[in-house]
Amino acid sequence: MNRPQKRTIPGAPIFDSDAARRGYALNKMCYSFNSKANRDEFVSDEVAYCKKFGLDEAQIKAITTRDVLGLIRVGGGVYFLGKLAGGVLGLDMQDIGALQTGMTKDEFKAKLVAAGH
Amino acid sequence: MAKIVGIMTTSHVPALGRAIHLNLQQDPYWKPFFDGFPPIHEWLERVKPDIVVSCYNDHGLNFFLDKQPTFAIGTAPELISTDEGWGIPSMPSFPGAEDLAWHIRDSLIRDDFDMLTCQEMLVDHAFTLPMALMWPDQKWPVKSVPVCVNTVLFPLPSARRCFKMGEAIGRAIASFPEDAKVLVVGSGGLSHQLEGERAGFINKEFDLKFMDSMVNDPQWATQFSDLDLVEKTGNEGVELLNWLVARGTVPGPVKVVHSSFHIPISNTAAATMLLEPV
Repeated sequence: MNRPQKRTIPGAPIFDSDAARRGYALNKMCYSFNSKANRDEFVSDEVAYCKKFGLDEAQIKAITTRDVLGLIRVGGGVYFLGKLAGGVLGLDMQDIGALQTGMTKDEFKAKLVAAGH
Repeated sequence: MAKIVGIMTTSHVPALGRAIHLNLQQDPYWKPFFDGFPPIHEWLERVKPDIVVSCYNDHGLNFFLDKQPTFAIGTAPELISTDEGWGIPSMPSFPGAEDLAWHIRDSLIRDDFDMLTCQEMLVDHAFTLPMALMWPDQKWPVKSVPVCVNTVLFPLPSARRCFKMGEAIGRAIASFPEDAKVLVVGSGGLSHQLEGERAGFINKEFDLKFMDSMVNDPQWATQFSDLDLVEKTGNEGVELLNWLVARGTVPGPVKVVHSSFHIPISNTAAATMLLEPV
């Protein structure tokens, strides 16, 4: 199917129809982390839990390697990934920011402060 | 007759939930944000609204992608705060303003806004944090009507459409036959971006212009598409759509009771405004 070219914004991935289709299983797994029992089950065997939700190999690899940009490329929506990052892995948004930008956490925090000047 | 007595807009950074839980309001990092609220507490004590109509976005608590509404309204008798997976402590549940909620729902649908209706509803930090910021003892002296805007799955409802829905909510409130003082809340923003190589993006200049427009030129931001807003305010800066719904309920002139702006809280340009119809 020929589709119109999408507008892209550098460094700002858009969670659109394509991402929602690609990432449904991944996002559904992350949505399950609204329950502590499910978070605990994930922690006890990450890969088994991923397979239970039907994640494909690329998605499972992005999970096990904590590849945040990779998780977005395989359809992860940030509000759902936030449940994995915050609720399960105990990372805050500056940790996540640092992981995606190649900065240290302190560098990332300094960048945020600098935005106020 | 029901009457809108004010519009309160504020950021709803999840980390605020933890800061409230740990009583960090006077901590140097958090203080510049929490210091915005004593003037609002004084206003609330004086004006005593009966009902809050809260315009916010769900982040995967009440809705998942299996069913993702563009606009939804909660008519539930009880609005429940629960585990949302982000590690934010839950709060006491909120009484729903059922009569007004059903009235707004009926009125919006007759006004061509195709609302999804929720007779049971879970509310996440975007709803609960503004309430806890306004009433820190978490003993809610108001009933609430939640109005939910999709900011999860693009395309989003346009800024123009959000403002028009706000106008329709304003008309619905004005035609509600019972006496009630209504405070409209707009939750979210301002500029921030959590994901991607541009994570940490903040646009102070745009935010200040937007806050000025909330007072002096309320339809200014309706010129922007959803992707324009991503470019200018970051992926999650689009939550300013909730501010536009709230501002639309009082399309005429307003006066500023309070306004504050601080960068950063977590990854966010954190802003709070309290406006009164003139």
